[in-house]
Amino acid sequence: MNTEILGISITFILTLLLAIPLGRYIGKVYSEEKNWPDRFLAPLDRLFFKLSGIRPEKEMNWKQHLTALLTINLVWFLFSMFILMNMQWLPLNPDGNPGMSADLAFNTTISFVSNTNLQHYSGETGVSYLGQLVLMLFQFISAGAGMAVCAVVFHAMKERTTDKLGNFYNYFVKSCTRILLPLSIVLALLLVFNGTPMTFQGKSQFISLQGDTVNVSRGPAAAMVAIKQLGTNGGGFFGANSAHPLENPNYFTNMAECASIFLIPVAMVFAMGYVLKKRRLAWTIFGVMTIGCLLFLLPSVYYEMKGNPAITQMGINQQMGSMEGKEVRFGSAATAFWSVVTTVTSNGSVNGVHDSLTPLSGMMAMLGMMVNSFYGGVGVGFLNFYIFIIIAVFISGLMVGRTPEFLGKKIEAKEMKIAVIIALLHPLLILSATALSSHLYAHDPATYAGWLNNPGSHGFSAMLYEYTSSAANNGSNFASLGNNTPYWNITCGIVMLLSRFLPIIGPLAIAGILAKKKYIPQSAGTLKTDTGTFGIMVLAVIFIVAALSFFPALTLGPLAEFFGMK
Amino acid sequence: MSKHRTTRLFERELVAEALKQSFIKLNPRILFRNPVMFTVEIGCIIMLGVCLWILSGNRSQGSLTYNILVFAILFITILFANFAEALAEARGKAQANSLRKTREETPAKWIQTVGEIFVNEIKIVPSSRLKKGDLFLCEAGDIIPMDGEIVQGLATIDESAITGESAPVIREAGGDKSSVTGGTKVLSDKIKVRVTTEPGESFLDKMIALVEGASRQKTPNEIALTILLAGFTLVFVIVCVTLKPFADFAHTPITIAAFISLFVCLIPTTIGGLLSAIGIAGMDRALRANVITKSGKAVETAGDIDTLLLDKTGTITIGNRKATHFWPAANISQQDFMEACVLASLADQTPEGKSIIELAVAQGLSAPSLKGGEENGMRFIDFTAETRSSGVDLPGNIQIRKGAYDSIHHIVSKAGNPFPDETTEKVKSIASNGGTPLVVSHQKKVWGVIELQDIIKPGIQERFDRLRKMGVKTVMVTGDNPLTARYIAQKAGVDDFIAEAKPEDKMNYIKKEQNSGKLVAMMGDGTNDAPALAQADVGVAMNSGTQAAKEAGNMVDLDNDPTKLIEIVEIGKQLLMTRGTLTTFSIANDVAKYFAIVPALFITSLPSLQALNIMRLHSPETAILSAVIFNAIIIPLLIPLALKGVAYRPIGASALLRRNLLIYGLGGILVPFIGIKLIDILIANFF
Repeated sequence: MNTEILGISITFILTLLLAIPLGRYIGKVYSEEKNWPDRFLAPLDRLFFKLSGIRPEKEMNWKQHLTALLTINLVWFLFSMFILMNMQWLPLNPDGNPGMSADLAFNTTISFVSNTNLQHYSGETGVSYLGQLVLMLFQFISAGAGMAVCAVVFHAMKERTTDKLGNFYNYFVKSCTRILLPLSIVLALLLVFNGTPMTFQGKSQFISLQGDTVNVSRGPAAAMVAIKQLGTNGGGFFGANSAHPLENPNYFTNMAECASIFLIPVAMVFAMGYVLKKRRLAWTIFGVMTIGCLLFLLPSVYYEMKGNPAITQMGINQQMGSMEGKEVRFGSAATAFWSVVTTVTSNGSVNGVHDSLTPLSGMMAMLGMMVNSFYGGVGVGFLNFYIFIIIAVFISGLMVGRTPEFLGKKIEAKEMKIAVIIALLHPLLILSATALSSHLYAHDPATYAGWLNNPGSHGFSAMLYEYTSSAANNGSNFASLGNNTPYWNITCGIVMLLSRFLPIIGPLAIAGILAKKKYIPQSAGTLKTDTGTFGIMVLAVIFIVAALSFFPALTLGPLAEFFGMK
Repeated sequence: MSKHRTTRLFERELVAEALKQSFIKLNPRILFRNPVMFTVEIGCIIMLGVCLWILSGNRSQGSLTYNILVFAILFITILFANFAEALAEARGKAQANSLRKTREETPAKWIQTVGEIFVNEIKIVPSSRLKKGDLFLCEAGDIIPMDGEIVQGLATIDESAITGESAPVIREAGGDKSSVTGGTKVLSDKIKVRVTTEPGESFLDKMIALVEGASRQKTPNEIALTILLAGFTLVFVIVCVTLKPFADFAHTPITIAAFISLFVCLIPTTIGGLLSAIGIAGMDRALRANVITKSGKAVETAGDIDTLLLDKTGTITIGNRKATHFWPAANISQQDFMEACVLASLADQTPEGKSIIELAVAQGLSAPSLKGGEENGMRFIDFTAETRSSGVDLPGNIQIRKGAYDSIHHIVSKAGNPFPDETTEKVKSIASNGGTPLVVSHQKKVWGVIELQDIIKPGIQERFDRLRKMGVKTVMVTGDNPLTARYIAQKAGVDDFIAEAKPEDKMNYIKKEQNSGKLVAMMGDGTNDAPALAQADVGVAMNSGTQAAKEAGNMVDLDNDPTKLIEIVEIGKQLLMTRGTLTTFSIANDVAKYFAIVPALFITSLPSLQALNIMRLHSPETAILSAVIFNAIIIPLLIPLALKGVAYRPIGASALLRRNLLIYGLGGILVPFIGIKLIDILIANFF
């Protein structure tokens, strides 16, 4: 038991320690300063710039950034739809997997373009290697796009008045070539050395001791697993994701993969501190995020290690904790740890079945996605947090008797309008989509019987989880939900699409508008945003705005299940 | 100082008027301006429908009494919110009216121009008949009928009706003190005045209109806050609407009353109900400080001021320079020197000259030597720019002169007398201490030096300290030379100074500060101040100032008190803080309300959720009623706070945030837990 806690503590602390120098490195990348690996990496992005005719020194304003982001995403969307629906005749398909139906391809494409990686298919049978490679590409570009927007916002937050905010393609390409690619290579190598396959050959066959013929799916898995962890993507190569022994072979790879989930999101905060030369602000934000994360982590680990009371009542020994849906090689603590880390960041890869988490741990996972900014997805996590900062600055700015300002820029009606809409969007999408499904199911349980394996509060939790995961661009799900139907594919697709791009556009717009405003120097009367008090304010705003609006829904789902078990 | 009028918070007449208004404001078209309360009104109407539905035989929505109770409480909630706004309006109006009363119908001596040759004929007309541009005459004892500008003459005027200050002031044509205010009284002399405003369009009239709501515009900050509150309201619309299918899924029937109660409790009704009252109260507080604001925005901006431009004279120092020391030269006795100084100053009508006599008397100079005059054979020599000295010739051709160092030096050395070194030293040391030395000669021999000093107002350093802690930079504007200016600036504790200031210097300084992103406030009275007043973010014109200055600024100070700027900054800060703290309080309240209502919604079908009922409320009905009752009565309980404003403490922004977060944030979480529980205990007896 103690070794389990030790294991996760080491993973947690080591990751945070690694994130500090990495943040500095990322900060230098976005500030166009020299880094030591530039010698190897600079030629690569120069090649991309040359190939695509990008002039990285051409600066854009926030609207041009937005246009760039949206156009390239549209191109990727069409490209991916084409590949996924035509895999049956395209090359690199040794196992002869079929093309996807239109609704599944729609869902999958949006899911990967939006960095969600909700998978309503299973990797072994649902996609060809070409399909996997395309999806892998998206894991890079969706993460890179999120980071690029974040870099734009960093530059917009600087203490000056400008509308020149760097070049989007420059940030985007460099996010991929200078940050995601080298880290992925390191992680992929670690995985390959520990047994994760990396091959273009088809299924491998062997005859077991019993004499059965067993076909084992394999493929270019190590490369995909590395980026799915690092880019807060979560779209696994195999259906069982990182619970699969070939995707996550042992406790060490589990630690490495788990660390990779939140390494870059944490580092982005320090990168902001570096770009803005505001280390105290970075530490304050980091502190708030870490406290928030621990608030979900601690109960989750506690309840998983304590075991399921319903199973205890059956007289079954639960010394190892609640082991339903968990891998023996990881244990309950490491699975609980992963389940929280993967949901607070918008990763969504899993090393166990979230459906089988005890009710409160399931709720912690959902809360992690409902808040979606305790570290959050690469780049986008910070963008979400930025919205909460704006709201907190507004209220606390008033409390010190000044019209609110953040980093020397006045926050007025226009910015407030955008911030409020974005803050509103998340509960709106999650609650209304869940409401629609609940309504359909409640009024005609027979027709929709295929949706839910558990009709009670757990079934409700499964639906709530599915949409929360879509809205948070997370991608994990409760397995008991029958979700590969046109209804779920399309509704989840819409939720993913809206909740990916609007929360990127919002902060970008606010930051762009603020950047153009007159810079007001600090005085003794100015609210300081790099203090513990302001940190508490942000935490309170997040809990009251983001978490509490889900309270009634959570009451009917996990809380009802939890109290019902006693 | 000014007499601040005080009205009790809940004066009977005001309350009666406010009560009437709170019903009139129920009109949806009026309430629409306030999205939070408007949704409550919709909820209230729905509840009325539910009550009728039950009357017509429906049994699914619970007892009629319970539903009527919910309806009634919601109705009262809206009334409370309206009442808060109406009370603030009534107070503001009462305040403005008490000022306006001073200018009720008074007979005016209208100067009528007859015929083409300008024959002036004086006609007595009621003041309301006077139009802009008309001329009228005021003589000793007359009440000035309208605001105007003196075009001819000079008069002493008693302005106590407006300012509360009983000492009469002098107003004269031309110059910066040419404005007169309706309702004040001419004490002496005769003036001809041109009316400057149309009837009903004076600053006061405009302010009353602002308070009354007809022309009240939401300030930018109020708009932003309204957006935030509307956002919160929308979130809870979503929460409550989606709860219906969720409850269907869980086979839990929820009554309409419960839905609406949950909704009304969650939306920020407290701040929503008090928001406009807070804004009006801000203007009202300004008015109480005898400042007329031309817009609500100006008050708000005042809270953001980074730089304050203050005139030295009257703000930092008391009036003019005063004599503080007699320094006789060697072998001249103190007594002789003082006598000579007094004699040289007897006819000197400048404040400096008078102060020399005052100081001598204070130091015990006996009365006989104060007597003088032409009849005793004295001949007074006035100050001229040429001689740069003044004094007296006594019988027996004794010349006493006082003047600047170089002019006396000139007289003395021309007569071939030595100028003592120790006097030269003294002169230098006085000058380097920010003082002004006046050398006195007797029979062209140096007798000593009088030291004149600026007297810094007592307590002004503390005020500047307070401003510094607020983050406001103070800048002293003075005509003095840079050396003196620096000395006084240091002594008074201002952060910067503009020496040898010309009107355009002020303007340039303001522009420079604004370019670096700062907000600047200044006070002025002269026509040459007008551009700077218009340029400043907050320009306060003195009521005694010229019409141009008053038009250019966005506030008018009736007291003509330059330190008023400091008060105005605090009023602005208070206004914003009150909004912020009540918003925090209102939102923090939601935690407890969730815990009161959510378990109550589901307990009947999911009894295990009793565990969430951490307040152990009696029953679902009492839980919901307690929450809505709490939600309603917190509004009137907070009216005093909204109207008086949260006290501002200059302790630095972070400390202030910590303090307010602790009181209104943590308090906002805890208070409703206690309040709801108490109400539940009370009403449990009836259920």
